[in-house]
Amino acid sequence: MIVFDHVTITYPGATEPTLRDVNLTIPEGELVLVVGRTGTGKTTFLRAINGLVPHFTGGRMAGRVLIDGRDTATHPPRELADLVGVVPQDPMSGFVTDTVEDELAYGMECLGLAPDVMRRRVEETLDLLGLTDLRQRPLRSLSGGQRQRVAIGSVLTSHPRVLVLDEPTSALDPGAAEEVLAALQRLVHDLGVTVVMAEHRLERVVQYADQIVIVPGEGKPLILGSPPDVMRSAPIAPPVVELGRLAGWHPLPLSVRDARRAAGPLRDLLVGRTPHLRAVPATTAQLARTDHLVVRYGTSVALRGVTLEVSAGEIVALMGRNGAGKSTLLHALVGIGPRADGGVLVNGRDPRSITGGDLLGSVGLVPQEPGDLLESTTVSDECRASDRDAGCEAGTTRALLALMAPEIEDGIHPRDLSEGQRLLLVLCVILAARPPLLLLDEPTRGLDYPTKARLARVLSDLAEAGHAIVLATHDVELVAEVADRVVILADGEVVADGPTTDVVTSSPMFAPQVAKILSPQTWLTVDQVAAAITGGDPVEEAG
Amino acid sequence: MSDLRIAEGRWLHPGAWWAWALGLAAAASRTTNPLLLVLLVLAAGVVVNARRPDAPWGRSFGFFVRLGLVVIVVRVAVQVLFGAALGTTEIVHLPGLALPSWLAGVRIGGDVMLESVLLAFYDGLRLATILICVGAANSLASPTRLLKSVPAALYELGVSVVVALTFTPQLVSDVDRLRTARRLRGRSSSGPRAIAASAVPVLEGALERSVTLAAAMDSRGYGRRGSVPTRQRRIASTALLAGLAAACVGAYGLVSTGSPALLGLPMLVIGVLATVYGVALAGRRSIRTRYRPDPWRLAEWLVLLAGVGTALLFAGASWLGVPGMDTPVDPPAWPTLPLIALLGVALAMTPAWTSPALPPSAARDRAPRRAAHADRPLEVAA
Repeated sequence: MIVFDHVTITYPGATEPTLRDVNLTIPEGELVLVVGRTGTGKTTFLRAINGLVPHFTGGRMAGRVLIDGRDTATHPPRELADLVGVVPQDPMSGFVTDTVEDELAYGMECLGLAPDVMRRRVEETLDLLGLTDLRQRPLRSLSGGQRQRVAIGSVLTSHPRVLVLDEPTSALDPGAAEEVLAALQRLVHDLGVTVVMAEHRLERVVQYADQIVIVPGEGKPLILGSPPDVMRSAPIAPPVVELGRLAGWHPLPLSVRDARRAAGPLRDLLVGRTPHLRAVPATTAQLARTDHLVVRYGTSVALRGVTLEVSAGEIVALMGRNGAGKSTLLHALVGIGPRADGGVLVNGRDPRSITGGDLLGSVGLVPQEPGDLLESTTVSDECRASDRDAGCEAGTTRALLALMAPEIEDGIHPRDLSEGQRLLLVLCVILAARPPLLLLDEPTRGLDYPTKARLARVLSDLAEAGHAIVLATHDVELVAEVADRVVILADGEVVADGPTTDVVTSSPMFAPQVAKILSPQTWLTVDQVAAAITGGDPVEEAG
Repeated sequence: MSDLRIAEGRWLHPGAWWAWALGLAAAASRTTNPLLLVLLVLAAGVVVNARRPDAPWGRSFGFFVRLGLVVIVVRVAVQVLFGAALGTTEIVHLPGLALPSWLAGVRIGGDVMLESVLLAFYDGLRLATILICVGAANSLASPTRLLKSVPAALYELGVSVVVALTFTPQLVSDVDRLRTARRLRGRSSSGPRAIAASAVPVLEGALERSVTLAAAMDSRGYGRRGSVPTRQRRIASTALLAGLAAACVGAYGLVSTGSPALLGLPMLVIGVLATVYGVALAGRRSIRTRYRPDPWRLAEWLVLLAGVGTALLFAGASWLGVPGMDTPVDPPAWPTLPLIALLGVALAMTPAWTSPALPPSAARDRAPRRAAHADRPLEVAA
């Protein structure tokens, strides 16, 4: 179905090709997962499938890409629209119309299909993706998972044989991600669509894949193989695979279910041992507090009487569905947004009464789009501006950055940094004023595993140093790794608040993979298990 | 198929609403009788109140009413301050400025005459009424539905308008986000410097979004074309350009008094025909089809007839010289109400009943809000 024949792609102005001599064939009806670190050329690979590279982006392409026999060199993307459907990373950015039904019909209108065919396909697609109740709704009013499903539906109506998705679940809560993946499964199984999908959240998708393409970057050749083969040696792997490697399971399990079946001996081995937990400082000085906080936007209530206390030195994870009120709560802690009732105290003061540069002395927030905070044209300018804003000694921010991300150069434009690097830069900008309370909104969106691990280390170090950290996130694995306490919000209310181990192991939605595999024991991360094993008997017995 | 059988209601074709509103506007342009003009605005208000959907653009009528009031005030103020004095009835004497003789006809301050003020008021009221009629169409007809009905040749123009419409709310939220970001960095989030600093990132964001959108649209088949011979394409563009030019000349001839009759209606008709031909010809290149286009049924005809009928009745009355269509200002006289024009106003109001009710999802929950909206037309009359 998809053939890459000696494909080399070089962007204009680049000295090195982004993809070099790619040769691979993807048969019809397969679900192919594309993995690789940020900036290795995953998106280039995906966009080459429908000819957006090089027709839209420019650049030079040697070799041929054939889709069902059509050469992308002679067929621009619009001439492949009936064959390849592309769902962009942020579905909202690709919507052309304003209601669900019109959006589903748009692609077919462009292809010039007859009205009765369009009508029938819209109804079929609404059913297939479970969108029937939303047909008249404005796209703007949909939740993240619903938008993603509409975006998939809007390309499906053209009956493409190939579906290309760029990180379809990275912005979604676990429930919505399941929804989208279930829909994709159905397409592969029932319609025989070939799905090519890039995703950083391997733990969510690896068990569904028929094949995996690893894009190693730096011009090294792509690796294509079956998931167990590829995962055995892949540089990035989900926790289930890492646990399997640690325990030496063969064949390597990819799903929690398979791993559980192999995990008996490991569980026996771990009986009587306890996970090593980060010691929470004994001095629990209360740093921030919300008291029956109520926030209302127009007629809708975002928070209904939330009471939360945060102490110095602890890491609190805020979890819950998209739209449960996590961001609103973080915003209230920095004094942004309306407040209908209740109180907020940070460092003994109401954050709304703190203005200008004083705010960063009490609380700092890294927002969902960290890039918003960056205004300068080079990293060093940004650092200097940050020193001025924070009123601290010149060079403070730069020194922090050198500590967290030593590879970032001075002269580079913040826009050219990778997502993870940008996040760390913003974190340094916020930390320059040493706010005792640090808030992060969805910090791991779009981050690959190594960058996530680095962030986890940075956060743990900050907590050691006495910062209180609150992070809103959907990433259960990150929570398992760093959080001391988990607060679950649902519909603007706190429904669970307790130590991480207690809260996440009791919830199927928020449990990390290791906890699911080893339950009823309460292990959360591979590192915990590894530490426990190497501290005692050798590993071999577990196999 | 009768509309009555579809009990749950539907959207009226946006073209019908525009035809109706333009008919009312044309009728308004034929009279300076303030009573008739106010009655036309009231008629438009009644229809808008009955069929206005619960959508952002549905609320634009109120904006146009306020705009109309501003137009009247400005028109009268300009007349009072600068306009040439006309008539003999002095209301008030303002301190004036003596201007040199070569500026004859221009005046600053001085005597304010009742006649000239009345003339300005009627003129402003007429312009305001035309604006309010356009506002009525704006709040009754969904802009996206209207774009779905534009001819294939203009489709790409239409898409850019839709995209602009969806981007505007996005820009507002961008500005909001960046103000938040400034606060997070510990900078002041208001004042001119903050706005200047956020302008570049907002524009950058908008640019980036348009590039993403363009890529997405390209991938979905936007801009696929059928093949059409070059000769036909040339004929199409010639017809389009010549037609538009002729229509402009014709429209000018129609409204300006004193231009030859040939320049008026005949020229306009020729121009419109040539344009329609050009558009139809150009549209053959597009292979686009339409999903669920709005149908044109009896209700659309009735609404269209209401607009055209009103315009014809007013134009006929004005042409026949029916007393009362123009209100004399020198000497001032009370306006009267000619029967034939009253008939037109009554006809203008009929879409409130002849047009189908909106689908339940778009209809306003009118019971609790009725009191708040019912006084809107009255505020104009006052």
